[in-house]
Amino acid sequence: MASPAPKSPEQSDKSKKYDRQLSFFLDADNIGKSRAQVATQLLLELNPDVKGDFVDESPKQILETNPDFFIGHTLVIATAISERVLVPLSTRLWDAGIPLIVARSYGFIGSIRIQVEEHTVVESHPDDQHPDLRLDAPFPALKQFADSFDMSQLELKDHARIPYVVPLYQALQTWMQQHDGAFPKSSKDKNELRDLIKKGNKNPDSEEQNFTEAIRAVNFAIRKTVVPTDVQDILNDNKCINLTSKSKPFWITAKAVKDFVDNEGKGLLPLRGSLPDMTSDTNNYVKLQQIYHKQSSKDAEIVFRRAQQLLYSLSQPRDNISEAYVKNFCKHESSIAIQRGSCITSEYDQKTANASEIALSLEQPDSMMVYYVMLRAIDRFFDEYNAYPGEFDDQLEVDIIKMKSCISKLLSEWSCGPLSKDDYVHEICRYGGAELHSVSAFIGGCAAQEAIKIITKQYKPINNTLIYDAISSNTATFAF
Amino acid sequence: MDVAVQIKDAFPKRWCHLKKVLERTGPFCHPDFEPSTDVTNHFIMTTCKILVIGAGGLGCELLKNLALMGFKDIHVIDMDTIDLSNLNRQFLFRRKDIGQSKAEVAAKFINQRIPGCNVTPHYNKIQDFDECFYRQFHIVVCGLDSIVARRWINGMLISLLTYDDDGDLEQSSIIPMVDGGTEGFKGNVRVILPGISACIECTLDLFPPQVTYPLCTIASTPRLPEHCIEYVKVIQWPKENPYEAAIDGDDPVHINWIYEKASERANQFNISGVNFRLVQGVVKNIIPAVASTNAAIAAACTTEVFKIATSCSVPLSNYMVFNDVDGLYTYTYEAEKKDDCLACGQTAKVLEIKSTEIKLQQLIDQLTESYQMKNPGVTTSINGKNRTLYLPTVSSIEEQTRENLKKNLGDLGLENGSEINVADVTSPNTLVFVLKVASESMQVE
Ligand SMILES: [Zn+2]
Repeated sequence: MASPAPKSPEQSDKSKKYDRQLSFFLDADNIGKSRAQVATQLLLELNPDVKGDFVDESPKQILETNPDFFIGHTLVIATAISERVLVPLSTRLWDAGIPLIVARSYGFIGSIRIQVEEHTVVESHPDDQHPDLRLDAPFPALKQFADSFDMSQLELKDHARIPYVVPLYQALQTWMQQHDGAFPKSSKDKNELRDLIKKGNKNPDSEEQNFTEAIRAVNFAIRKTVVPTDVQDILNDNKCINLTSKSKPFWITAKAVKDFVDNEGKGLLPLRGSLPDMTSDTNNYVKLQQIYHKQSSKDAEIVFRRAQQLLYSLSQPRDNISEAYVKNFCKHESSIAIQRGSCITSEYDQKTANASEIALSLEQPDSMMVYYVMLRAIDRFFDEYNAYPGEFDDQLEVDIIKMKSCISKLLSEWSCGPLSKDDYVHEICRYGGAELHSVSAFIGGCAAQEAIKIITKQYKPINNTLIYDAISSNTATFAF
Repeated sequence: MDVAVQIKDAFPKRWCHLKKVLERTGPFCHPDFEPSTDVTNHFIMTTCKILVIGAGGLGCELLKNLALMGFKDIHVIDMDTIDLSNLNRQFLFRRKDIGQSKAEVAAKFINQRIPGCNVTPHYNKIQDFDECFYRQFHIVVCGLDSIVARRWINGMLISLLTYDDDGDLEQSSIIPMVDGGTEGFKGNVRVILPGISACIECTLDLFPPQVTYPLCTIASTPRLPEHCIEYVKVIQWPKENPYEAAIDGDDPVHINWIYEKASERANQFNISGVNFRLVQGVVKNIIPAVASTNAAIAAACTTEVFKIATSCSVPLSNYMVFNDVDGLYTYTYEAEKKDDCLACGQTAKVLEIKSTEIKLQQLIDQLTESYQMKNPGVTTSINGKNRTLYLPTVSSIEEQTRENLKKNLGDLGLENGSEINVADVTSPNTLVFVLKVASESMQVE
């Protein structure tokens, strides 16, 4: 891979190499040196803060002679690795709880497979998230602030600079009084509410900016605050409910949040405490911002205390969970996420393979699953013939037939019908094991990002297999 | 030594991978594809001339990728010098290179590392070159963070198009443009065939207003209040670490500290407009440049250049968006060419105005809003005589013509059907608009 190159271990099969590329990092000055060594040296040059090491052995050798080598690594990335080595490696890492990323680049096709048993994400940073304003369940400080304004008495210039939360809240109160305390639900209700807000507009010439914002906010701010279903699932997960002395901070904090929801929160999550940008004078905006921030700090403090009690009852050290961790958790709790993966060994075992997903996708005419089948068939081909299909010009036609038979065998193992995709077989055999640098660079860049996601536990990783087709510039994700 | 890299043997074999896709045909090739008999004698290695615009995060990746895909004649333009903050993702640069031209250092690095590849650097602005210069390239690749520069080069490539006597586009005048852009974890790749497929200007509404600022601007030449805020955020905060915590955009105490420091800095540079709300906005919109996004987008761009240059596969048609915030998601679609596009449209450009009673300033506002122009100047021709109505770029002329902004179009001699010439930084060409008064028909004498 162009970037990043695998750190360790390097590939050095004595027989026929499965690996087949030349790297940017290796130049004419390095003739005769170990590739792992040169790649490591040049990688370190990119960033002086990075420490690196290399092992001049094949993964196969290491698995046989020093299987504990992998323990202690946070993450392993494997590139250009044959099925025969990949399967025992994946089992070893799965058992050790070490995430594995497998990246490959083949002609115009690439793939990334992520193997991680359980991955929890606190900061998933979703693109669109509604602000947590709690207008349906105002806490005392918010109520007090919003009620403190007599909008009708304000002068026009002040009136136009009150944060929209206030007129929105006040109109909501009026509407609810008119409807026996009910909360607006239907679009008719919401239109009535919008009309109420409009009535408060003071400027005869044009709509005041804060009122425009209040009317717009009806869409997203007038809704019942709930615990999102994905979060509910996490809070009700067995790992959350039944903590053990080995439970990770994520689950202990999740349990503390759950206890908060069931008690102090009266069914709601701790307040996120973030106020979106809105038209306002600085003074009132800051006041309102402080109100949300204070309340969320209060909520997070309760969660923190609960987490500390849990740690104590689990006989875990108190500093396993810091206050900063809990604060951050509470701030992002409505988008916390969990992914549970599968072991590559079981994906490659016909008894446990996810055959129905394969079969179902292959029924779609344009599904990129066909490339998954091709990549698996290439592995079969290599294991059987010790070469890539189409590697030698004089074998091209014969290899096409052999490749088709590899595909049929795989399909019958999955109980799939025959595949009428001769075009794809021809294209794959055309590549003959060629690795195109720009395809490798794409896969390398993406795999690096996935590695960062897994290590930092921020953003959601690919779940769990990505197929890249550089012919059409498309990608697809499958879960095996 | 069986694990050694046999470079001696490997160098002639460097292209053995390309051989497969260039010397063999396949079912997904472009109809024009003809298998090569000797890859080292292929068009991409002998004749093909590529221009890379930008030698920053995307540009470094593009140069490395193109060189390793077999392209031998590559030019690169970049007007910037290397800054400390570039080193973490612009991997062709080292600490010793700080202060030097990005284009020159990048070119030298590639030429040394990949024998046989010849990268020619241009430590220039794109505006320094004329049509003759741009006409020499077969494909232009952009790795820019500036929309204005993208629009300018787009306009340049369109102005190179020629038409035969029947009014048909001459294929040989088309220089394809591959454009990559990134922002945080998002990116896009597009292939533009000027005059044939959607151009940058056709899809201008896809570009959101820019929100990231280059560090050198922030550090040494701030202009906007945002620059002052960014400065405090990325330089002063980590240095002074006032609350021994990372910046929390929802903590008013943090925002207030940044607000105060940014105001001080703004005063130093006589910049006005730093207020609490702006600070909040800038602090929360943290969109860092991400090395891996650059790598993926530059790689996809390179694949497209390779496909266009060799026809070994059909190129992207014509727009791919990329996002790896949640898993990895891409979406590919065909952006549509606009008939009335300001840059590539064939129809006369009509600017509809309310009446000739509107002021020149209103006309200029209309141009900046409708066409996202930055600072347009307007000239016209009245009774065969050229007349400058407003020219903001030359200060002496700006002074002389400033009064015109307050005048009615009618008083300036413009009427329904008049032609105005508009010049702006977003295009290398002057654009001609015909004024049309909304209530009147065009057929006036
Ligand atoms: Zn256009």
